[in-house]
Amino acid sequence: MTSTTIAPPATLDRPRGPQRRQRESRWRRLSWAVSDSLVLTWRSVARIAREPETLMDVTVQPLMFVLLFTYVFGGAIGLPGGGSYHEYLIGGMFGMGIAGSAPGTAVALVADMKEGIIDRFRSLPMSRAAVLLGRTTADLLTQVIGALVIAMAGLAVGWRIHTGPADALAAFGLALLFGYAFTWAGVCLGMVLRSVEAAQQLGFILFLPLMFISNAFVPTQGMPAWLRVAADWNPFSAVAAACRRLFGNPDPSALVQAWPMQHPELAVLLWSGVALVVFVPLAVRMYANKNR
Amino acid sequence: MAEVPAIEAEALVKTFGATVALNGLDLCVPQGAILGLLGPNGAGKTTAVRVLATLLRPDAGRARVLGADVVAQAADVRRSIGLTGQYAALDNSLTGRANLVMVGRLSRLSRAEAWTRAGELLDRFGLADAAGRAVKTYSGGMRRRLDLAASLIGRPEVLFLDEPTTGLDPRSRAIMWDIIRDLATGGTTLLLTTQYLEEADRLASRIAVIDGGVVIAEGSPDQLKAKVGDDRLTLTLAPGADAALAMATLSAHATGPVTVGAGGLQVTAAVPARDGITTDVVRALDSAGMDVTDIAVRRPSLDDVFLALTGREGAGDQAETPHGGKAA
Repeated sequence: MTSTTIAPPATLDRPRGPQRRQRESRWRRLSWAVSDSLVLTWRSVARIAREPETLMDVTVQPLMFVLLFTYVFGGAIGLPGGGSYHEYLIGGMFGMGIAGSAPGTAVALVADMKEGIIDRFRSLPMSRAAVLLGRTTADLLTQVIGALVIAMAGLAVGWRIHTGPADALAAFGLALLFGYAFTWAGVCLGMVLRSVEAAQQLGFILFLPLMFISNAFVPTQGMPAWLRVAADWNPFSAVAAACRRLFGNPDPSALVQAWPMQHPELAVLLWSGVALVVFVPLAVRMYANKNR
Repeated sequence: MAEVPAIEAEALVKTFGATVALNGLDLCVPQGAILGLLGPNGAGKTTAVRVLATLLRPDAGRARVLGADVVAQAADVRRSIGLTGQYAALDNSLTGRANLVMVGRLSRLSRAEAWTRAGELLDRFGLADAAGRAVKTYSGGMRRRLDLAASLIGRPEVLFLDEPTTGLDPRSRAIMWDIIRDLATGGTTLLLTTQYLEEADRLASRIAVIDGGVVIAEGSPDQLKAKVGDDRLTLTLAPGADAALAMATLSAHATGPVTVGAGGLQVTAAVPARDGITTDVVRALDSAGMDVTDIAVRRPSLDDVFLALTGREGAGDQAETPHGGKAA
């Protein structure tokens, strides 16, 4: 008789079983998140293979800057402490050329939203974080390409590594770490903008002063005092100074007393950490709440 | 215990700023059924689909897909649904096959499964020859079919189709209809939104008419048509003709109210859809001595549905009928 059966209390509906399943599923969730991120990384790489012109911001653009600055401006820029401008420039280019893909990250995300493919992703049983992880991982790969292009261009114009392979790798590593962290700022930008054109323009407008108010292309010693403070604390200056030190290239910022210029490697680690701590959760939150 | 409905919505509310998109929407779709959500632009169809597909969080009310709450258990819902939106959600730079494999992998298929299933779907939807081409080279109809294939690759139990044929040419539309009917016989629960009464009539087992974010009528296509009347007959009168006489004559054959438009020169009424109705009306007009310059019969449009259900015109912007002509 069904009427006399006593239903178990509601709390017993959730014994250990489901909870254990949940713990298992956390591992499964993590492995799915990795798998989903790899699928989306593959997607972005496959896109690049079909449309290599999208790589221009990490290939042609830095190449142009290297040539412009070495041959057009280089002769007119004197370095405090002396040394070759050609060698000086490349450290700055690592900061700029690698992190320079961040506006491209914003553009790609805005385009995905416009095409509606993000809606498709959001309706699939896939990891929420994978869309952003896949995008930033693919961008990291393009940044590696960018780093190689800059190194080749540098070697062609007379830049040399005067230290050991460990230092050189550390320089690449720091530049890529900062580039990756900065990509997440691009993700946030992509989340707030509605059109590809806006992302392109705003990306450029925000990025350009960040690039130039630094020691990337010219020593900060010649700037007015107030601007110099900004330039010496600009994360891009730290990346450039760290690369110069680790490559054994001329580093006029060693003469600057500002803390990041005295400890550029540490400063890059700190700036990257701050960027990741601020922009990753922000990007994930913005993505989760997008259009809801 | 009764089977869990595939889709249940209770008093869903969703507003965007001052716009009320859903205003207490209720729906219930049993498993295996095809519900046609019929309404004009701006009625809330797309919002309803986006809430049910976990893309939007409702402001109030609740919805479940196969018993899983779309807010609290969104991950479970996503495992059982497929969504084909109004605009193909594809990566235009990738090939058709790459798109399907990608969505397959993200739908938890193994690599081998994703490839096999992508091949099957490409064959089934007539896209095998274009499988290796970038999607941006596809026609609108091909794109829509690929989008539908992408929604199906994970074998969803519940499929949402948001205006699956809007903007398609008649041939592509006919292909889509065939595909959708196939899906239905395969046991998939379907919720399809449409602006076309004819489309809902052809595909759906039940129709819910939605306006202002609420369901204003629900029933089988036959029940709905019984309310609306079948065909529409429009007389165009010669200038100076007696509209009142024409109305009186037509009302003898009409199944609903007779209306006058175009400055008293056009008289319209719902008439039974049977052979010879035109001849009968022409004879009646002849014996009444009426001079008529044109007589036309057409299937009821969404506007007719709205007129019959609400006594007012429906959409502000006139939807094109599936025939490609203008309704009303």
